[in-house]
Amino acid sequence: MSAPVKSEPLGRARVPVPSGAPRTSPRRVRRRSAGPWLYLAPALVVLGGLLAYPIYQLGLISLFHYTQAQVSGGEPTSFQGLGNYRRLFADPQFWQVLSATVVFAAACVVSTLVVGCALAVLLTRVRALPRLALMLAALGAWATPAITGSTVWLFLFDPDFGPVNRVLGLGDHSWTYGRFSAFFLVLLEVVWCSFPFVMVTVYAGIRAVPSEVLEAAALDGASQWRIWRSVLAPMLRPILVVVTIQSVIWDFKVFTQIYVMTNGGGIAGQNLVLNVYAYQQAFASSQYSLGAAIGVVMLLILLAVTLVYLRLLRRQGEEL
Amino acid sequence: MNLPRARVRRPWRLAAEASALVIAAVVAFPLYWMVLGAFKPAGEIESTEPRPWTLSPTLDSFRRVFGQQEFGRYFLNSVVVAVAVVIASALIAFLAATAVTRFRFRMRTTLLIMFLVAQMVPVEALTIPLFFVMRDLGQLNTLWSLILPHIAFSLPFAIWMLRGFVKAVPTALEEAACIDGASRARFLWQILFPLVLPGLVATSVFSFISTWNDFLFAKSFIISDISQSTLPMALLVFYKPDEPDWGGVMAASTVMTIPVLVFFVLVQRRLVSGLGGAVKD
Repeated sequence: MSAPVKSEPLGRARVPVPSGAPRTSPRRVRRRSAGPWLYLAPALVVLGGLLAYPIYQLGLISLFHYTQAQVSGGEPTSFQGLGNYRRLFADPQFWQVLSATVVFAAACVVSTLVVGCALAVLLTRVRALPRLALMLAALGAWATPAITGSTVWLFLFDPDFGPVNRVLGLGDHSWTYGRFSAFFLVLLEVVWCSFPFVMVTVYAGIRAVPSEVLEAAALDGASQWRIWRSVLAPMLRPILVVVTIQSVIWDFKVFTQIYVMTNGGGIAGQNLVLNVYAYQQAFASSQYSLGAAIGVVMLLILLAVTLVYLRLLRRQGEEL
Repeated sequence: MNLPRARVRRPWRLAAEASALVIAAVVAFPLYWMVLGAFKPAGEIESTEPRPWTLSPTLDSFRRVFGQQEFGRYFLNSVVVAVAVVIASALIAFLAATAVTRFRFRMRTTLLIMFLVAQMVPVEALTIPLFFVMRDLGQLNTLWSLILPHIAFSLPFAIWMLRGFVKAVPTALEEAACIDGASRARFLWQILFPLVLPGLVATSVFSFISTWNDFLFAKSFIISDISQSTLPMALLVFYKPDEPDWGGVMAASTVMTIPVLVFFVLVQRRLVSGLGGAVKD
């Protein structure tokens, strides 16, 4: 929103002071310090109690030995220091799950971005009717709850009754049996439900590019690919950064799809990703402290991603 | 981007339009198959020769879904939780967004960064401590255990997105209201609030969807009192990995998807412009 009107603090409205005038009135200073916090109070209470405090607890639990016995109060909790982390890092399964998560999330992000951007460009090439059809279909996919999307895609690829195997002539090939084909199936569902966000956002961004710029490029004989690479992509950079980071954050945290489609992590945990792994450790094996340690690792990784995002925003000179 | 039409050569445009239509069909196909599966008679669903149409649609699967014990209750619970979260988070986010856009104060930037960072917190990882928080509050097995965390998780994004909408309301309006003697509260609720309402609607989509879709909290916090459960749990009743009742699953999925679709279509325009605003801002 590039509103030319510079917003001014509420407190200033009552006593119009020319901008740049020294701020001396004690009354206004007091207003200024109390006012915003009053407005922020409900948000801060909720976020403090249900986000910050649980994060603190998550860190705390990860430092203790905490299993079913401690939850029910049968045994006292014992401080472990970094023991849980040491156990975690010594576990080859953790590293396997971590690398699977990174590769899977990267594949999801790349596919989502490629499909989303390609379709956004396609949207600008067609007349109203096909555009409307594609938009509506995409909105439908976007609106579908992750859990129903997962069950529907499973049904589509069902070895016995699904239409996909029939069309491809695969017989009763099971997609969820092999590690890679199971991941691939989940990837398809994830891309299906997350490309619309990219498509709609990038499309809105392309529409905002002045047409003279594109005409000039076309007149100069630039090819479509060249126009995209040298004109559109740089102008869309801020939007591309936003959708990339959002996709990274979402895809790194994929839970429902893996949990439902591979039935809680696949055969012998072959399709586990960090999020599901943490949940299984905590709630299926009652290893609450190990689950919490995995949660902390995830938090740190996502925090790093967010910091990169903030740096990029800053470099673009965005005023917060 | 309205390229001069003549420059896009005709056969290319036709090819583009044809592929757009094909892709639209592919993207919409899973939804079509879901609705189709919900209406197919049992014999046709469990058939090794699936056909993309049905000549004898039936409501059997829906009857099974609605006949399931307390399905109405589950539906109602889901609605109560989603509506409560949407309203509460919209109001709280509105106040917070006003604070961070209309005031300059120390820590403003820090707070904004914290809201941004809060967005990336993996909800699922916090299930463990939240379980203990809810247990200590004595709220396990109540709808509060679903409402409260969802308010917290939808707030950061809602505040971040609303910021742009609040910013767009000219300050001159505020000054005029003050000169006319309106109190701060009156300005806030009778002038600013209606002006920001479209943005609130767009923001609500996200809190509505994440709340409506959630099954992890429902699974983890509603452990013994099934009457407090929500729709996704009802769906999973039909979905047994070894022998899923596909007709029931598709019917329940359809029932669960329709409210979101309706909501989406209603706010579609606002959503797109809202996203554009949030992104460009």
